[in-house]
Amino acid sequence: MTSTITPSTRSEAGLRSLYAGNARAVVGRGLLATRSTNWAIILTGVFEPIFYLLALGLGLGSYITGVTDAQGNVIPYAAFIAPALLAVSAMNGAIYDSTWNVFFKMHFGKLYQGMLATSLGPLDVALGEISLALLRGAAYGTTFLLVMTALGLNLSWTAILALPAILVIAFGFASLGMGITSYLKTFQQMEWVQFVMLPMFLFSATFYPLTVYPEPIQWFIQALPLWHGVELVRGLTTGALTPAMLLHLLYFLVMIAVGLVFTTRRLKALFLD
Amino acid sequence: MTVPAPVITASSLTKKYKDFVAVDGISFEVAPGESFGLLGPNGAGKSTTMRMVGAVSTRTSGDLSILGLDPNQHGPSIRSQLGVVPQADNLDTELRVRDNLLVYGRYFGLSRSHIATRADELLEFAQLSDRSKAKIDDLSGGMKRRLTIARALINDPRILLLDEPTTGLDPQARHILWDRLFRLKEQGTTLVLTTHYMDEAEQLCDRLVVVDKGTIMAEGAPAALIREHSSREVLEVRFGSERNATAADELAGIGDRLEVLPDRILIYATSGEEALVELTRRGLEPITSLVRRSSLEDVFLKLTGRTLVE
Repeated sequence: MTSTITPSTRSEAGLRSLYAGNARAVVGRGLLATRSTNWAIILTGVFEPIFYLLALGLGLGSYITGVTDAQGNVIPYAAFIAPALLAVSAMNGAIYDSTWNVFFKMHFGKLYQGMLATSLGPLDVALGEISLALLRGAAYGTTFLLVMTALGLNLSWTAILALPAILVIAFGFASLGMGITSYLKTFQQMEWVQFVMLPMFLFSATFYPLTVYPEPIQWFIQALPLWHGVELVRGLTTGALTPAMLLHLLYFLVMIAVGLVFTTRRLKALFLD
Repeated sequence: MTVPAPVITASSLTKKYKDFVAVDGISFEVAPGESFGLLGPNGAGKSTTMRMVGAVSTRTSGDLSILGLDPNQHGPSIRSQLGVVPQADNLDTELRVRDNLLVYGRYFGLSRSHIATRADELLEFAQLSDRSKAKIDDLSGGMKRRLTIARALINDPRILLLDEPTTGLDPQARHILWDRLFRLKEQGTTLVLTTHYMDEAEQLCDRLVVVDKGTIMAEGAPAALIREHSSREVLEVRFGSERNATAADELAGIGDRLEVLPDRILIYATSGEEALVELTRRGLEPITSLVRRSSLEDVFLKLTGRTLVE
């Protein structure tokens, strides 16, 4: 036996030092932990957007008329806000997992420190954790989509495409959320996440069209990710497809790429200094 | 016969954090199968050195080779051959005892069937077979430590890194742990450990370096270090905190050397009994006296002027 080991053939200085191609081990760990400890917490998050839909869409919505889709067709108010709430449920699932859960694992569980002492790289950890957040977002979204179908709020066959769309939305929020969480050190700072999320939820053309705002505010809302998610999903569930939807999709693809690079760098800086 | 190549070679290894120099140009080698210790007080740079050896911290300057590879370039390859027992347990509290081992094995990309067999062997080794379904929070400190060591062995590592393995454990738990580590040593596992306990270093290390303020103060086998830097025996006398300093003047000439600590005086001598006889002859009456063999603590005290655990 010699006392040296053979390095892998590819240079490890680049991607190989960040990625062992084993993100599934991180996902496996997450599923096992979820199964044994916190499935009940996950379940509660499903109901929030459903309550909004019932109270605002069906309740308040019965007083609202003259709502139109992107092509000018008159649609029920509930069918207008339901896709927005669908995008929100995907966002919430992804954000809960990539902020609170990641925060706990980072500061109290010291989970990533343990993972990065193995042959896993920071990109494995980032991809694995983001995939879990994405799964949660997808689970919330799928449930909500089924509720929409039951209530007759999916106006077109294209609603089925909302499923991959919410995956993309959840991926975007999860990858950026984990990177941002890596900077937060106290519970007080974690409250800031909520402080940003709530107004974004209320004002991103969720409950009324963007046109009610003066122009500068419209630009601001259009810069935020949720608006793109809302418009993308609304186009698909109402069937009013527009070329702008491709731009919304592009927004999220860029967000995913930036989030992944950002999160991987942060994990490397924090745990492989 | 050829000398086996070292598994760890560090030369002028340095780590700086902004203005603070945590490790200041240390050099050492560890041979395969050797049990090597880094002994020093808190803040000496032991843990930082361990993190660099563990390929989770990049050096500021100097050279480091682990199993023939540079950790800057081959972090994951090196880490796949290491077992790491960090200073603070970082077991996965959301998973049960056996699941901790199974999941950790998966991080190394090992097959489920291989890990399952190995996990049962390791639970046996860690004397935790009957706790395999227990929650982590329900384990005692000693059990958690043994599980952390079992976890570090899941990938059959070439080198086991232990950062203060018994800090915070009660004496009984420490002895159980030492016994387990001694067995690993007998099986030929290379052990690298940090400690600020002399008895631990003397029990477990074939060879050690004494580290203080990021530099190496001395290097050698525990017994050789004691021979070189201390006398054979030590007479410890206490006169009460007020009289210690004045009594020290009257002790001049007894033994090879004196060390005056706030609470006691240490007299280094070949024979502690003879020193005590001489002390009594001079009419000095200490409140308590104790003759013991010289330890690494004395070596450290001589080299740095400070005690290890303050």
